[in-house]
Amino acid sequence: MKTRCAVIGVGQTKHAAKRDDLSLAGLVREAALRALEDAGLGWADIDAVVIGKAPDFFEGVMMPESFLADALGAVGKPMMRVHTAGSVGGSTAIVAAHLVESGVHERVLTVAFEKQSESDAMWALSPKYPFVPPLVAGAGGFFAPIIRSYMRRSGAPVDVGAVVAVKDRLNALKNPYAHLHMADISLEKVKASPMLWDPIRYLETCPSSDGACAMVLASEAAAKRAPNAPAWVRGTSVRSEPAQFAGRNQVNPRAGVECAADVYAQAGITKPREQVDVAEIYVPFSWFEPMWLENLGFADEGQGWRMTLDGVTALGGALPINPSGGVLSTNPIGASGMIRFAEAAQQVRGRAGEHQVAGARTAVGHAYGGASQFFAMWVVSSASA
Amino acid sequence: MEGKQDVAEGSEALTSPYVLEYTYRRSLGPVVGRFLTGLREGRIEGVRTASGRVLVPPTEYDPESGAAVGDFVSVGVSGVVQTWSWVSEPRKGQPLDRPFAWALIKLDGADTALLHAVDAPSADAMRSGMRVTVRWRAERVGSIHDIACFVPGDEVQAAEPVAPAEPVRRMKSPVHMDFTIGAGRTLSRFLEGVVQGKLLGRRCPTCAKVYVPPKGACPTCGVPFADEVVVSDTGTVTSFCIVNVPFEGQTMKLPYTYGSVLLDGADIPILHLISGIPADEVRMGLRVKAEWLPEGERQPTLASIRWFAPTGEADAPYESYAEHQ
Amino acid sequence: MRDVAIVSFASSSTPHSDLEDVEMLAPVINEALARSGVPRRDIGFTVSGSCDYLCGRPFSFVMALDAVAAWPPISESHVEMDGAWALYEAWVRLQHGDIDAALVYAFGKSSQGDLRAVLGAQLDPYYLAPLAPDPVSFAALQARALLDAGRCTERDLAAVAVRGRRDGGLGASSEEELLRAPYIASPLRAHDCPRSTDGVAAVVLVAGDRARQVCERPAWIRGIDHRIEAHSLGVRDLTRSPSTELAARKAGVAASKVDVAEIHAPYTHQEIILREALGLDGGTVINPSGGAVASHPLMSAGLVRIGEAARRVLDGTAHRAVAHATSGPCLQQNLVCVLEGDR
Repeated sequence: MKTRCAVIGVGQTKHAAKRDDLSLAGLVREAALRALEDAGLGWADIDAVVIGKAPDFFEGVMMPESFLADALGAVGKPMMRVHTAGSVGGSTAIVAAHLVESGVHERVLTVAFEKQSESDAMWALSPKYPFVPPLVAGAGGFFAPIIRSYMRRSGAPVDVGAVVAVKDRLNALKNPYAHLHMADISLEKVKASPMLWDPIRYLETCPSSDGACAMVLASEAAAKRAPNAPAWVRGTSVRSEPAQFAGRNQVNPRAGVECAADVYAQAGITKPREQVDVAEIYVPFSWFEPMWLENLGFADEGQGWRMTLDGVTALGGALPINPSGGVLSTNPIGASGMIRFAEAAQQVRGRAGEHQVAGARTAVGHAYGGASQFFAMWVVSSASA
Repeated sequence: MEGKQDVAEGSEALTSPYVLEYTYRRSLGPVVGRFLTGLREGRIEGVRTASGRVLVPPTEYDPESGAAVGDFVSVGVSGVVQTWSWVSEPRKGQPLDRPFAWALIKLDGADTALLHAVDAPSADAMRSGMRVTVRWRAERVGSIHDIACFVPGDEVQAAEPVAPAEPVRRMKSPVHMDFTIGAGRTLSRFLEGVVQGKLLGRRCPTCAKVYVPPKGACPTCGVPFADEVVVSDTGTVTSFCIVNVPFEGQTMKLPYTYGSVLLDGADIPILHLISGIPADEVRMGLRVKAEWLPEGERQPTLASIRWFAPTGEADAPYESYAEHQ
Repeated sequence: MRDVAIVSFASSSTPHSDLEDVEMLAPVINEALARSGVPRRDIGFTVSGSCDYLCGRPFSFVMALDAVAAWPPISESHVEMDGAWALYEAWVRLQHGDIDAALVYAFGKSSQGDLRAVLGAQLDPYYLAPLAPDPVSFAALQARALLDAGRCTERDLAAVAVRGRRDGGLGASSEEELLRAPYIASPLRAHDCPRSTDGVAAVVLVAGDRARQVCERPAWIRGIDHRIEAHSLGVRDLTRSPSTELAARKAGVAASKVDVAEIHAPYTHQEIILREALGLDGGTVINPSGGAVASHPLMSAGLVRIGEAARRVLDGTAHRAVAHATSGPCLQQNLVCVLEGDR
C-alpha cells in the first residue's frame, strides 16, 4: 500500500419510492455534487470515477457508465463500472479505495445508484427465463427459506424480526435522506402487516427506492487539505463463494465470516463487539440483523438475536446497528451497500447529524449480495492509524 | 418458459426462445423534459454552457467539464449534416420505414450535433455539409420522434399546432429483445432425463458430491462432473417459503409453497413446489415425493414434476439435513 | 509501481451453441492456471468482466462463479465491462503488495441475442435509444467522417480487413474482391464490421520475483491506463480518439519501439484512428492475431488483445508490445497496456 486512504466527501440523494423530478443523470449528480461540496472540490479536481449499480435491467440502460460519463465529469478520466450484485455499493467503494491506496490516483469519486421506479424490482431481479422454474418471487422469496433455517437453528423468538423492523424505522426518522419516514411504526403494526414470503412480513422487508450515494476518496496528502474531518479507511475486504454447493451454510456463510476476519485484522480489531462503535450492515429483511451479527463476529453463533432483543443494537445501545435506518428504510439496491459504507464514514467523521452515535471512532460498513455469497466490508476510523 | 424447446441441429444442447420485454417509465428531469416539451410545441431548444457553447440536444451538464449548464436558447430548425450513414433496411422503431440516412446534424445556432434520420431519395443524395430541415410529426407527444425526420434543403414547414398540455416530465420506453438461450450440455442431459421421468445427478470426480441438477462445473472444485448417478425422486424438505405476493410474470396461484428438497442420494437440494398438504402444515423435515406429469406430457423442464407431495413417512430428523440449508 | 506481469493466457472464441457460460469458462480458466504454474490456492484475487444484457438475464456473473472453484471463499470482484478493465482492477489490486497472483477472466455468448438490439440498449435512453439506431450505423457515421476528412479511403479499410482475415485464419482475400461487396451501412461493408462470436478468456497476473519463478519470460506490464470520452457522438470529433491518445501517453507507449500492437478495433476504420492515436508507425506489426475483423467475442475481445500481445512477449517473438481495448459507441472508452519482456 502506497498511501492511506480517507473519505473526505459524502453525498446522498433524498431517497424516495420515485424521484420523479430527476433523470438518471440528475439522480447521480445530486449525490455526486453533495460529495464534492463536502470535500470542497470541483469536478476538475477528481482523477477518476468508479460507478456501481445492480443489474442494468432496473433502468434498461446497458452498461450505463457509457451514458453517465459526462454527467459525472469523467470525460478525459478513467471510469470503471463495478457489478457484484447487492454488495456492489460496497465493492465499488473498495475498488475506488484501492485506486487511492495503490498510489494510482489522489482523489477518486465513487458513485452508486439505482432508479428502481423506472421498472419493477421483481421483474428486474427474477425475469421468467428458460430452463429456470419461476418459483422464487424476487429477493424475498429467495431469502425466506434461509431466515426460516436461522429461526430453527437459533431458537430465536418469532418477534425478533419485528423488533429490528421497528428500530430501523425509528432510526430513519432521524435521517433526512431516508426513504421511509414511518412515525407511527410499532411492533403491533409490523406484526399486523401481511405475510408476503412466509416467514417474512411486509413491514420486515426493505422498500424499493430511487437513490444514489457518492463519496470522494483521497490520499493522505489530499485528505490533509480537506475542509471537513476525514474518515480513514483502516481495512477493506471482499469475499465470494458459489451460490449453491453441497453442504453450503447459507445462514452463516463462510465468505462473510472470512471477509469480517480479514477486515478486522487489517484494522487491528481483535474484539469487534468491544472495539467497533457502530456498524452499518446490509439488512434488507429484518431477520438479517441477528444473522449478520453472528456472521460478522459481533455475537456467538445462535446468539445474535439476544443483542437485538436486549437493545444493544439500538441507537443509544452499546453497539448501534444501522442508526441511519438501514436498508429497511432505504433501498436503491445498487446504492444500498455504498450508503452503508458512507454512513459508517459519517459516524466517525462526526457528521451523521441527528443519528450520530456519540463519540464514534471506529465503524464498520458492510454489504452482501447474490445468494448471501458476495461480501464487501470496510472499517473506517477517525484516526489514521 | 417461453415457447417450445428443441435440441439444436448438430448440437447436444437444448435451446429455447426467450423474449426480454418491458416498458420502462422514465422521469426526465428539468432539461430533457423541457427539450421534449419544446419538440411537442414545434420548437428546438438548446442550453448554453459556461464556455458559451450551445448544446443541442441539451444535457443537464457540460460534457466537457461536468459543470451545470445555463439558460435555454432557441436554435434553428435547419442545420448542416456533419456526417451520415445509409440504412438500406430500416429496423423496427427507427424513424422511417424506407431506406434513409442517419446523420449528425448541427442546427443553426448550435455547437453540437443531434442524431436523427434524413429522408433522402438515395445515398447519392447525401453528402456531409449539406443543409437539412426538420419535418415535424403532426401528432406530437413530447418525444425525440416528434421530429419525424429531416429533409434536404432549407424549406421550413411549420409544425401543426398541438393542444396545450402540461410540460413533458416522463416517457415510456418499450424494449423488446429476442434471444435463443442454450441450456448447455450438462443441463440438457439432465432435462432429457426429466422427460423420461428420471433425475440424473452427476458426481464430482474430486469431492464426490452428487449434484442435481448438475452444473457446468463443480462449484467448489472447478472441474467438469464425471459419473451420472440416478437420484431418487423422494426427499426431505430442508426449508421452505410460502409466497403470498403477486409479481410480474407470476404464473402460479397464490399462495403457493416452495421448498428446498434434498433428494435421497443427492448432496444439494432443489427448489420446487410443495403441494398435497395445507400450506400451514408444510414443515422442515417433511418427506416428499415427486408427482410427475404423465409420460407424454413431460417437457425438458423441472415443471414436468408437478410438485412434491408428502410421502406419509415420519419426518426426517433435523440432523439428517441440517447441513443442507 | 510494483512490477506485475502476465504469465499465462488462454481463450476460446468460437460459437458454442451447445455450451453454457460455465462449460465454456472452466476449461479455459483451468488451462490458464495450468500454464501459469501458479497453484489455484495462491491466487489472491479473482476478477471478471461480462455483461448481463448478452443473455438478457441478471447476475450472469453469479452463475459463472461456478467455473472458478470459489471454495474456500475467494477475494473476488466483477466489472460490467470488457475483461480488459477487470485486468486493470487486478493490476491495481496487486499494487497493494499483500498478494502476488491474480486471475482475470471474461465471458460472453453474444450469439444468444441480436447484437444490434442489445448494443442499442447502451445508448442515451432519452435521445438515442428511442430512435433504435444500431451499432453498425453508428460506426458508419464515424467511418464517413474519417473518409470525408481525407484520412483514409475505402480501399484502406479493405486493406485492414484483408490483413485481419489473413492473420486471423480466414484465408486470403484481395482488396478488389472485398470492395465489390455491397454496403451494409454505407460506407461500411461486411468486411469492415466485427466478426461477432462467443468467447471466453483468462489471464493470470503475477507480481515481482514470483513472476520470474513461475515464468521464463514474463510479459511485464510497464504501463496501463484507460480514459473515457463523452457519450454523445455529436459532441465528439469522431475522427480522433483523444482518450486513446491520453491513455497511450500515460501508459508510456512512445518511450521506445513497439514490436507488436494488438488493437481492439471492432471496425476497420477504427484501426486507422487508433493506430494514429497510439502513435504507431510502420515498424510495428499490427494485430498478428487477426484482430476483431477476424473474431470479436464481445466482453472478452479487449482482454484477448492483451492476452495476444502478452503471448508474443511470452514466446519471445516481441520484446515490447502494446495492447488496446475499447468499449462504448464509436471508441468512447479506451484502455492501453504496454507489455515488455526482460532483455
